[in-house]
Amino acid sequence: MKLSKWTRWLTRSLIAALAIGVLAVWSVSDALAAWKPTRPIEFIIMAGKGGGADRIARLMQKIVTENKWSPQPLVPINKKGGSGAEAMLYLKQKKGNPHVILVTLNSFFTTPRLRKLPVSYKDLTPVYRLAMDTFVLWVNAKSNIKTVDDWVKAVKAKKGKWTMGGTGKMQEDQLVTNMLQQAYGLEGLITYVPFRGGGTVAKNLAGGHIDSSVNNPSEGLPHFPGKVRPIAVSKVPTFKELGKPKLVYFMQRSINAPGGIPKGAIAWYRDLFTKLCNSSEWKQYTNKKALNRACLTGGPLASFFVEEDNKHKALLTGMGLLK
Amino acid sequence: MRPRAAGKIGLKGFIRIHHLEILANLFYGLGIALTPQNLFMALIGVVLGVAIGAMPGLGSVNGVAILLPITFAVPPTSAIIFLAAIYYGAMYGGAISSITLNIPGASTAVATTFDGYPLARRGKAADALVTAAVASFIGGAVSIILFTFFAPPLAEFALRFGPPEEFAVVFLAYGTFAGLGGENPLKTVIATMFGLLMSTVGTDIVSGSPRLIFGEITGFYHGINFLVLAIGLYGVGEIFYTLEGGLQARERYQAKVGLKEILSTIRDLSKYWGTLTRGSIMGFFVGMLPAAGATPASFMSYSLAKRLSKTPEQFGKGTIEGVAAPECANNSASTGAMLPMLTLGIPGSPTTAVMLGALYVWGLVPGPRLFVENAEFVWGLTGSLYIANTMAVLVALFAVPLFIWMLRMPMTILAPVILVVCAVGGFSPTQDMFDVYLMFIFGGIGYIFRKLDYPMAPMVLALVLGGLTERTFRQSLIISHGSLGILFDFVGHPIAAILMTLSVFLFLLPIVPPLLRWMRGRGGPQILKTEGEL
Repeated sequence: MKLSKWTRWLTRSLIAALAIGVLAVWSVSDALAAWKPTRPIEFIIMAGKGGGADRIARLMQKIVTENKWSPQPLVPINKKGGSGAEAMLYLKQKKGNPHVILVTLNSFFTTPRLRKLPVSYKDLTPVYRLAMDTFVLWVNAKSNIKTVDDWVKAVKAKKGKWTMGGTGKMQEDQLVTNMLQQAYGLEGLITYVPFRGGGTVAKNLAGGHIDSSVNNPSEGLPHFPGKVRPIAVSKVPTFKELGKPKLVYFMQRSINAPGGIPKGAIAWYRDLFTKLCNSSEWKQYTNKKALNRACLTGGPLASFFVEEDNKHKALLTGMGLLK
Repeated sequence: MRPRAAGKIGLKGFIRIHHLEILANLFYGLGIALTPQNLFMALIGVVLGVAIGAMPGLGSVNGVAILLPITFAVPPTSAIIFLAAIYYGAMYGGAISSITLNIPGASTAVATTFDGYPLARRGKAADALVTAAVASFIGGAVSIILFTFFAPPLAEFALRFGPPEEFAVVFLAYGTFAGLGGENPLKTVIATMFGLLMSTVGTDIVSGSPRLIFGEITGFYHGINFLVLAIGLYGVGEIFYTLEGGLQARERYQAKVGLKEILSTIRDLSKYWGTLTRGSIMGFFVGMLPAAGATPASFMSYSLAKRLSKTPEQFGKGTIEGVAAPECANNSASTGAMLPMLTLGIPGSPTTAVMLGALYVWGLVPGPRLFVENAEFVWGLTGSLYIANTMAVLVALFAVPLFIWMLRMPMTILAPVILVVCAVGGFSPTQDMFDVYLMFIFGGIGYIFRKLDYPMAPMVLALVLGGLTERTFRQSLIISHGSLGILFDFVGHPIAAILMTLSVFLFLLPIVPPLLRWMRGRGGPQILKTEGEL
């Protein structure tokens, strides 16, 4: 009897220990073997092939592939329709799907407002911000314009016939153009000509078909030096230095996921893009293309989005595009 | 010892000073291209390219985009050789499905269906396939030589094309197509208008707002993809039409495709050297222009060949001249499109836009300096073009018996396979199921069009060029503050003005002689008849 009691006690405690052990291993392994992509990741680009966002997305794909940071491939898919509306509506449809991510432009803030879309950045999960792209005021190298003052004089002298090329309508380039007009009192003197992509704008400037542009550095650089001349922003003086503190505008390049995805997935992506943002390849690219490398995630990123959205709302309202 | 970057010394001076240097560079480039690794990359690229191009819906742009990640593992020179080989191979492959199935694999191969498919239906698929391969080779060879010797000065020329000039080129294209339609001019006009209407669906670049999206149909935001329409009309529509006629066996196809048959086709083809030369040279220049690309080039070459042919009545019924003309032009244009990509960083076609993205990923900056700072890259690519072109013609010729064998399969097997391939083709450009449904709707429309004898080519053409036409026209008018004079401004925009005058002349060409005859009093009814050619 005594023995059997002893045995029973031993058996019970063994079972209990085993149960605790299994539970412990489970929970630990759950923490260790956190979320990982199990299918190829759709890497949605809210712009066309060959543009600035597309180039960045394909560069990221290269860095991730070469370093074998993801067990599943990143598959870039361009959804350029409706100035990004198509891409954002697509992400809304994919709610809860952790195998879709989006690389953004600023139309991420402006398009939902202008088109009154049933989706906004709030419906998505902010993952990571990698860079802030700058805008540069460019003119054709054949012109005599060397400074912003020259440019203002030239615009005024053309009496409303000055043309400024940019990508799309009511998108970043036109916002910057309008900001320039307000800052230098050039309202009504600049005709904005919309083109399909930044590369086309730069080419038309180099060929002398338009008078000036506000291309991102990576778009204008192929023609520099020789064909085009930057007159304000990066290597040349910034508008802030020229006494126009309000003329500060960046293109954020960030990664977003659909809303309602698992916490583990968010953590996995954050980790992935932290590695990417701090990689030497990314540092080299941003340096070469005069982007500002700007790694940001978590709470600060969420508040950055709120700030940017308010800024765009104010900008659009100021231009009479929103009521 | 590298060629100087810019073409300030003028074309003549450039040739005089630099031709020896260019030859030296070319041999240097061939040396790079002939290393075992690069040779292997070119071969794999060409084989994949032909296979991708032959699949309806998958063109060079998909091939290059899908296979781009593979190139991350090799040095940039090998990578660009690989991509260029895919591009080249796909141009050869695109003709295959156009001829055998009447389904253009890409917009560049639409014109090839006009005569290629009638030839195939008459049992002469092998003749058409050999013609396409040989014509592609000639177009490729001519353009590569032009590319080698004139790349930098021609790039300078391409830069002079702004919106008015681009519009003028498209307008010229329309001018050359006049007469492309079928027998009934009213039906041609209706088909064209329908195509133009469809090209307005999607985001309007000038006002920025979405048009004709029927409320909030997301699938319409990116517009109607050309491939969705073409595969629907030609592929699915053709299957419906064939099914209606019962599943009886098709005409017998000549079984044997040996060296003898190939040589005899080449002999027949040699009669059309004028068409081939014109098509190749024109293709290169049209392809080089940032806006145009290989599709208008192939159409223009086809119409030009028809106009200048001794037997224009044979066009559309199956003549090898009608296969040779677009095929030499589209291959030539694909090389031309690479020129502004490398020298200016402006893609001449969607495929080169992806390749341009790849250049940036590899850390290269396109522009005149690329020719100086990355000579190995540029001349390795140039050298490999010669090799890829030769490989592609061989691969395409070897593949001919395979496709003939496929055509001899009974329709009960072939039809479902084609439908599946069509569905994949409709899905792949945008990866959106909506487009697949749309494609089947177009299949129904295509069937009705065939029953009512409406021409489909003008509709496809209008959709391909409609967006570009509208965009460049409106951009021109914005620049000129609403004045149409910008298009005929011989001082400010001489290129545009010359091209516009030429196209107006082309439009009037079919009307003026009968009008004069009528004015001389030879009777009115004729004018109606001949106006129909418009």
